[in-house]
Amino acid sequence: MIIKNTLGNVPRWRWNDTFEELERMKQEMERLYQYPAMKIFRETAAGVFPAINITEETDNYYVRAELPGIKASDLELSIANDTLTIEGKRKSDPEDEKTKYHRRERESGRFSRKITLPAQINASKADATCNDGLLTIVLPKAESAKPKKITVTTL
Amino acid sequence: MAENTKSLQVKEKRGPIPTAEQIHQGPTFTPEVDIFETDGSLVVVADMPGVKAENLDVDLRENILTLAGTVISPEGPDEVDIVKEYQTGTYFRQFTLSEMINQPEIDAKMTDGVLRLNLPKVKPVSPRKIKVKTV
Repeated sequence: MIIKNTLGNVPRWRWNDTFEELERMKQEMERLYQYPAMKIFRETAAGVFPAINITEETDNYYVRAELPGIKASDLELSIANDTLTIEGKRKSDPEDEKTKYHRRERESGRFSRKITLPAQINASKADATCNDGLLTIVLPKAESAKPKKITVTTL
Repeated sequence: MAENTKSLQVKEKRGPIPTAEQIHQGPTFTPEVDIFETDGSLVVVADMPGVKAENLDVDLRENILTLAGTVISPEGPDEVDIVKEYQTGTYFRQFTLSEMINQPEIDAKMTDGVLRLNLPKVKPVSPRKIKVKTV
């Protein structure tokens, strides 16, 4: 904020105001990040393949990943405490030497990702299905992690 | 050949620059494809996870090949998002083909979210000699 000096129109910066400006700018930037449009740029923030979506219901967690071309036999899933590990390998189709590539965008290789879940899960009841390249893992919450209703009584 | 053991990198799903307004709602993504050519046919392999065979539309007219697949959002109605690293949406991509394709023989297979299109090339007509008869 520039304060006009009473003696003339000489602008002067006040010390506190400089930081106020920066503080305001910081708050504006943080507010921008809350908009859904900015959230899209933060996708794949973990930087590890595969990209996952985790959703929660009262009784279960659902972890989904898009793994095209990967069959259930190429995947290894394991759970320890509250950490889920997804590992696997994506094979490239073997083509013979006479093929000429016009375009090659699909990659192949290994992947491994560990995900920490927000609460304890019942590992023995976990279930995973892989259909059409979409892996869905259903993780039932442990009894202690399920929300319990507290009834309010009036005296 | 040595086994390919490099690790897969995660990539954000890219969407196309829309040239016309989309009729459906939701984001549209460009599926990754491999295109290669063998002696007899052109093969297009596209990654479309979550697309079932009945939701897939493959079209070839006027030498433009269109791949369109719709995905039903797998989340249930009561689920709350904790981590969302990718979005689900329709897949759409178009290619201009330079080769002449034998259209009735096009073969499409969809397994594990990967579409494999086999487009057999038209065999070139062998030149026929025309005999000239003298009357």
